[in-house]
Amino acid sequence: MTPLDKVEGRAIPFGLKNVDTDVIIPAHWLKTTTREGMGRGAFESLRADPDNLFDSADFKGAPILIAGDNFGCGSSREHAAWALGDLGIRVVIAPSYSDIFSGNAVKNGILPVVLPQAAIDRLMEVAATDPVFVDLEHQTVTTQFQDRFSFEIDPFRKMCLLEGLDEISLTEKSDAAIGAYEKKLDADRPWMRPAA
Amino acid sequence: MTRPRTLYEKIWDAHVVEQRPDATCLIFIDRHLVHEVTSPQAFAGLRATGRMVRRPDLTLAVPDHNVPTTARLDASGNKLPIADAESAAQLAALEKNAPEYGIRYIDAVAPEQGIVHVVGPEQGFSLPGTTIVCGDSHTACHGGIGALAFGIGTSEVEHVLATQTLLLQPSKTMEVRVEGEVGPGVSAKDIILHITGVIGAAGGTGHVIEYTGSAIRALSVEGRLTVSNMAIEGGARAGLIAPDETTFAYLKGRPYAPKGADWHAAVAYWKSLATDPGATYDKTVVIDAADIAPSVTWGTSPEDVVPITGIVPDPASFADPSKQAAAAKSLAYMGLEPGTRMQDVPVENIFIGSCTNSRIEDLRAAAAVIKGRHKADNVKWAIVVPGSGLVKAQAEAEGLDRIFTDAGLEWREPGCSACLAMNPDKVPAGERCASTSNRNFVGRQGPGARTHLVSPAMAAAAAVTGKLTDVRELMA
Repeated sequence: MTPLDKVEGRAIPFGLKNVDTDVIIPAHWLKTTTREGMGRGAFESLRADPDNLFDSADFKGAPILIAGDNFGCGSSREHAAWALGDLGIRVVIAPSYSDIFSGNAVKNGILPVVLPQAAIDRLMEVAATDPVFVDLEHQTVTTQFQDRFSFEIDPFRKMCLLEGLDEISLTEKSDAAIGAYEKKLDADRPWMRPAA
Repeated sequence: MTRPRTLYEKIWDAHVVEQRPDATCLIFIDRHLVHEVTSPQAFAGLRATGRMVRRPDLTLAVPDHNVPTTARLDASGNKLPIADAESAAQLAALEKNAPEYGIRYIDAVAPEQGIVHVVGPEQGFSLPGTTIVCGDSHTACHGGIGALAFGIGTSEVEHVLATQTLLLQPSKTMEVRVEGEVGPGVSAKDIILHITGVIGAAGGTGHVIEYTGSAIRALSVEGRLTVSNMAIEGGARAGLIAPDETTFAYLKGRPYAPKGADWHAAVAYWKSLATDPGATYDKTVVIDAADIAPSVTWGTSPEDVVPITGIVPDPASFADPSKQAAAAKSLAYMGLEPGTRMQDVPVENIFIGSCTNSRIEDLRAAAAVIKGRHKADNVKWAIVVPGSGLVKAQAEAEGLDRIFTDAGLEWREPGCSACLAMNPDKVPAGERCASTSNRNFVGRQGPGARTHLVSPAMAAAAAVTGKLTDVRELMA
């Protein structure tokens, strides 16, 4: 996973609320056995409109996406994070996310920044014409107009993103603890193993 | 004395392998369900890193999303080829990956095959008090039997395959209490649609919802699975319903459920899981069951719910400006005008199925409405898709298949079908579908398809009249 610290550039002022992962990547794009090339299907129904934001001269390849409440709701498909990554998006800024999406985003080196709606409104305004600056280390989103918004992020997620960490390798360090848990479970609740 | 705990807290505490200094916990996973769409990249990851599956005995694989619901065997019993090359490749990958890693595999033509969330409880593979994950957001379903069950992404699928654990942060808890008795024609689906309308699509974000109250206790296990299935539509990653005698009676004797002395030990443990008196939730919502009508969605978010007796709302009637904009967009997509009576909306397609509503009780409810009637002429496509081969066999033994086919509906093979437009079952652009599935998102049932979420009885009623219909009028 590519580490992420500072991201600056154009931010797509998308702003919609309750954007589900079916909209981010429709199901027919999920019929693949690889993670690559999902960007072509990203926001397919919206990009059918030739005047869509995502393909406009200003925002094509922009590294930041600004969205509304409950971004990434619905299906657990990680393909949504793969599609955003393939579009070149490294940061999403929204008032809230679905729990599954925000986890999937972090695992793919995409930072889900949570900011209140008032900050989103201001950033949407700036983003129409000017770049946005995101600093994960200092947990800020800034603009060249002296806007400065601080955001919270879980320290574990922050570390994973900053270091580009592979979670499986990290968990494998707990192998002995997992083994001890399994042993105790077998002793305490042997019926937990599938009977057949 | 220990602090009173909720059902969620008890299951969580029993699964902590390790707590990290930052409150993230390594959580043991008791059951991992795997299907063809979200697993190929996870197996590829294992292969690339030379990792093995830690606990194949706790893993069950079954194809469901892509399988066509038309006949799978020819007259001589040979497997028919899957026409769509990409779907065929995903199905072949699962068929190869499962045995290679020693994972239990139910083949697409096995009698037990079905939608993973129907198969898990039906086989007794899903048990109360367990942690269950699957690369599918409707894993929340298994909360209906009192399991902490939630959807995960493909990276997490790989993580669970390799380590049988997940790194998680505890969720907040939310109680949704439904008290009283529901009226005639009101099903578990109407209860959860109503709840989703009340709390909103993001109402449960960051929470695990425990459904409590007399109206929930009165539900069968099938009904509870329907309710918990759509916890995710209210933003909650998981739903929970405390296991009780109804749950135990449902699970007893199922193939993977504990047997003999183990059964009694299991039941004693399950009984200890109920939320303690005095335990508190971060949030509580109380709903009067008498307020719940047969319900239907009008828009493209599952929170867009009205009683069937209601009208399409005016976007201006919403207080929140972003909801006004979303509602206007939804209505344009749905081709609906504010003020239209829901009962005047014609439907050309009917889908009875999905992990929300494809169990035997759902099929019985639909059959009871449609028996002796025929689908309306304007209904072009109406399919009934049982949730599993065992549901299908049970329904056929009860003669339900004949009731449907006599009424002009198609009786299909088990699978996810028209819930998600990944297999040949799709709703044509611009057409409406009264659907017993869980999502009315833009394009969910096919590009341009317009979905109205309803209960099985309501879908059957719509099939008969050719428009969204108050099922109570056909029950008199």
